Amino acid sequence: MERIPILKMGAFLLVTIQIDLYDRLALDLEEDLVKMVEQTSVKGVLIDISAVSIVDSFMGRILGNIASMSKLLDAQTVVVGMQPAVAITLVELGLPLNGVSTALNVEKGMHLLRSMMDFNGTDQEDGYSSYD
Amino acid sequence: MFINIIKTLKNNKGEILELWMKNQLADSVLTEELISHQELRKQSEELVNALVNNLNENNINDSQSPDFDQVTELLGGISISRARLGFSPRETGSFILSLKEALLEILKQESSNVKELFEETLKLSRLLDNFTILTFETFIKGREELIMRQTDEITDISTPVIKVWDGILALPIIGTLDSARTQVVMENLLQEIVKTGSGIAILDISGVPTVDSLVAQNLLKAVSATRLMGADCIISGIRPEIAQTIVHLGIDLSQVITKATLASALQYAFKSLRLEVRKTASEPTGINK
Repeated sequence: MERIPILKMGAFLLVTIQIDLYDRLALDLEEDLVKMVEQTSVKGVLIDISAVSIVDSFMGRILGNIASMSKLLDAQTVVVGMQPAVAITLVELGLPLNGVSTALNVEKGMHLLRSMMDFNGTDQEDGYSSYD
Repeated sequence: MFINIIKTLKNNKGEILELWMKNQLADSVLTEELISHQELRKQSEELVNALVNNLNENNINDSQSPDFDQVTELLGGISISRARLGFSPRETGSFILSLKEALLEILKQESSNVKELFEETLKLSRLLDNFTILTFETFIKGREELIMRQTDEITDISTPVIKVWDGILALPIIGTLDSARTQVVMENLLQEIVKTGSGIAILDISGVPTVDSLVAQNLLKAVSATRLMGADCIISGIRPEIAQTIVHLGIDLSQVITKATLASALQYAFKSLRLEVRKTASEPTGINK
C-alpha cells in the first residue's frame, strides 16, 4: 500500500508530500506521523507540500489536525512551500489554518522551527544545530 | 400598374447612392472630424452595391437569408469600426436609417399607386429595420468590448507588486477592492512571493477610498493567503477615517499587523529582518555621482 515517507532529520521529522493526497493516504499520514512523533520524541515537524496542487477542505482539516496533535505531543509543526493556488483555495474555503505555522521553503521552515525551539527554551543538545 | 421594386432599385443604384450621400451629409452632426467624405462615400457605395445586388423577390421578406451575408458582414464591420472610432449612436444609426429614406424616395418616383407603394414600402422598411437593429447590436457589442478591454487594462496596471528590499514586497492598492480585484491582487502577490522568496509583504491601502466589511473581508483573505504561503503580511496606509469606519463596523483586524504609513511598515519589516537604516558618520561626498 502507498505510504508517504517520514524522515527523521536531527530533532525534526521531515515529510515531503510528492503526490496529490487522497483521503485514505492523508489519514494514514496523520496516523503514522503522530506515532513517529511519539516514538522519536522530536520537537518539530516539517511538512513540505510544494508539490501538492490540489487541496480540499478535508486536506485542510488534516493539516490542522496534524498540527494540533503534534502540539499535544510537544512538537511544533511548520507547513512549507504552499503553492499560491492552494493558498487561495484554502482561504476561499474558509480554512486559514490558524494553528499552523508556515514558511516559504524547507530552508526557511527549518530556520523557523529552530527559532521556535530556542524561544521555547529547549536545550540545544539535540544535534539539529549541525544542519546549519 | 405593377412596379418591380427590385428591378427599380437595381436600375437606380447610382441615384440611390447620390440621395443617400445627400441625406447623410444633410445631417449636420456628421463632421469630417471622424471620417472623411471620401471614405464615407466608399463605405456607402459598397453597401448599396451589396444590398441591391443580393436583393431578390424571395429574400426581401427575410433579412436572415444567407444572400445578405455580405451585407451583414459589411454593416458589422462598419459599426464595429465606428464604435472604436468613437462615433455616437446617433451618427451610427442615422447612417443606415438615411439609406432607407433614399430607397423610399426612389420608390416614390416610380409609382403613384398608393396601395402598392405602401405595400412595397412596408416590405423594404421591414428589411432595413432589421439591418438597423443589427447595426446597433454590433455597435453596442463593439463598445462593450472596448469597455471590457479598458477594465482589464485598469486591473492589470492598478496592482503592481514592488520589491522594495531583498525579502520585502510592497503592493499599493489603488481604487476599491472588490472580489474580482482581490483575486487578481492575491494571485499577483502570491506569485511574486514565490518568485522572489520574500518573507514580508506590505499591503498599502492609502489609495483605497472606503473600507466596508466586504473590503475588509477581502483584505483579510489576502493576509491569510500570504500567511499560508509562509510570509508575513502588513497592512499600511490606514487613514484616520478608515480606522474609524473599521472600528464602527466592528471589523476585527487584531490578528493583522497594521501600520499607519508605508514608512512605519517598512521600518517594522527592516526590524524583523534584523536590518537597520542609519546615518553614516561622515557627510556623503558627491551625492550626484
